[in-house]
Amino acid sequence: MRPLVLRAFTAASCIGRGLDQTLAALMEERSGLAPCRFEAISLDTHVGEVAGIDAQVLPSEFLRFECRNNRLAELALRQDGFDEAVEEVVRRFSPRRVGVFMGTSTSGILQTELAYRRRDPVSGSLPPDFDYGATHNSFSVANYLRRRLRLEGPAAAVSCACASSAKVFATARRMLDADLIDAALVGGVDSLCLTTLYGFHSLQLCSPGPCRPFDAARDGISIGEAAAFALVERVSGKESADDVLLLGVGESNDAYHMSAPHPEGHGARRAMLLALSDAGLEPDDIDYINLHGTGTPSNDRSESQAVTSVFGAVTPCSSTKGATGHALGAAGALEAVIAALALRHGFMPAGVNTADVDPTLTAHYLMTKRVAPVTRVLSNSFGFGGTNCSLILGRAG
Amino acid sequence: MMLEAFVQGIGILGPGLSDWYDAAAVFTGRRDYAPQPTALPAPSLLPATERRRTGRVVKLALAIASEAIAHAGAEPEHLRSVFSSSGGDGHNCHEICLSLAAEPREISPTRFSNSVHNASAGYWSIATGATLSSTVLCAFDGSFCAGLLEALTQVSVDRDPVLLVAYDTEYPEPLHSKRPVPDAFGIALVLTPGREDRSSARLEAALGAGTPDELEDSRLETLRRTNPAARSLPLIRQLALGEQGSVILEYLDALSLAVEVVPCR
Repeated sequence: MRPLVLRAFTAASCIGRGLDQTLAALMEERSGLAPCRFEAISLDTHVGEVAGIDAQVLPSEFLRFECRNNRLAELALRQDGFDEAVEEVVRRFSPRRVGVFMGTSTSGILQTELAYRRRDPVSGSLPPDFDYGATHNSFSVANYLRRRLRLEGPAAAVSCACASSAKVFATARRMLDADLIDAALVGGVDSLCLTTLYGFHSLQLCSPGPCRPFDAARDGISIGEAAAFALVERVSGKESADDVLLLGVGESNDAYHMSAPHPEGHGARRAMLLALSDAGLEPDDIDYINLHGTGTPSNDRSESQAVTSVFGAVTPCSSTKGATGHALGAAGALEAVIAALALRHGFMPAGVNTADVDPTLTAHYLMTKRVAPVTRVLSNSFGFGGTNCSLILGRAG
Repeated sequence: MMLEAFVQGIGILGPGLSDWYDAAAVFTGRRDYAPQPTALPAPSLLPATERRRTGRVVKLALAIASEAIAHAGAEPEHLRSVFSSSGGDGHNCHEICLSLAAEPREISPTRFSNSVHNASAGYWSIATGATLSSTVLCAFDGSFCAGLLEALTQVSVDRDPVLLVAYDTEYPEPLHSKRPVPDAFGIALVLTPGREDRSSARLEAALGAGTPDELEDSRLETLRRTNPAARSLPLIRQLALGEQGSVILEYLDALSLAVEVVPCR
């Protein structure tokens, strides 16, 4: 593919609001996971909650979009000068030439869950203030951002479960290559809700403690929430060495099971190989792999086999979900931003919480961060339904 | 770059439209349109245990995808897929929200697995062994155009054949009053980068600001307006007529998609 440049990027997760806090937490190997206190939930689990979402207000003309997911989007939009970077791109091109492609799995479904508690006792109807389209619908956050930033280009939500916000980069890349747009706001926003907390619990996929990816005693995920954005456009040739490029994307399907990965990671392997060939790179060209690494026994076993089959047991890798939790539909974009920080600041994040790496997992798992120049990172995101997406990001110089 | 694709196969199912040949009869005036509740076939692709677990939205998506594949004479494992819908399984979503509003809050594992927006794409890939990329989109009432645009960029940029499946089904009350989609409707297209033996038409698309086309028949126009996937109907009509012509499809606010249909003779 022709590389794209990430003109701006930002992320809000439980380890930090904005790039400075996120970088500091990664450098200090801190986890943001804490016992679940969300919505009077009595589940024995840890979550990664973003501080201050409830205090975030939307501009008054967008009140109908009011819900946790869009408040989280608004919160992240105001970080790191991201909204100004979008305005600059709109001035340089035109509103019609800027697209919006947002990954989300549950969007603002929490608003519907809460509205069901307020049903009319006689008719059973939902309260008049509940707006399905502006909150619950999967398109809500892309629609909100498009209107909020006065963009007029093509837009869509990508909702492929936990691979959603990695796949938005592929959608934007094709739109740019087809010359339908000159820039795209891509990313993912997913926020805590009852459906995912109780749903993953029913599948016995939630760890009671903070998740421990790749640990011999790993016992499930910790659900997190995040908003992560990148503004991508074609490479101009005037990039500085510190600029971060999207070099390749690989997409595949397991065609195996709705909620379990292929046991040998065949789909994951194909996604990584496709990303390498898309970027015109060899496995040796990758310095660090940010794993999907959810902390479930099956994901980490399958992913380790896939990684080892492509890269051998030498390429350093880690999952940052021990720090951030699993941000589901926002995980791909969050980890793309973490990859961008690794490239810009020359470090490989540690897999926090993990005490003893499972000896049967042969991938080269980093237990402590490594400070070293990083030129290219591969980031994996896999989801329910068997969707896989691998991104390759690299330094411009 | 021109956004271009050749139509190899079509699948369609909706109220009073039982398949592509039936829909073509309606659009060419060979029979009157008479809306009837959409009859969804059991998903014969799936094993019996899985079949029982799937709701109306999966039945709809699998039915139209199967028809389009058969019509195209294509192998599903050689096609990428793009699935697009405004909502997922509305009945499943309603049951989950009911359970979460009651005590004790509980969801069954199957309900949760089926709640993801990409459930239909997941069942399709598992049933057919399709391991190529699958992208699942939503753009509320613009979901059909979002899906068509994604499929056309995959065909035009990546030069790969794509199966596009666009569909929407109803929510039960009380969500139905907030999102009044009356019944199930879906359309599937097999699109290829080059002309092939079974190519029926070439599509050329461009984003624009034109006013979206409406349908003369008021009952078909009601269908177009009330089901997001039925925003495709002006295109379906043009394909059924087998004549060259252009249509304008509703996408987002002032943004629409103009599609030129050129029959392959």
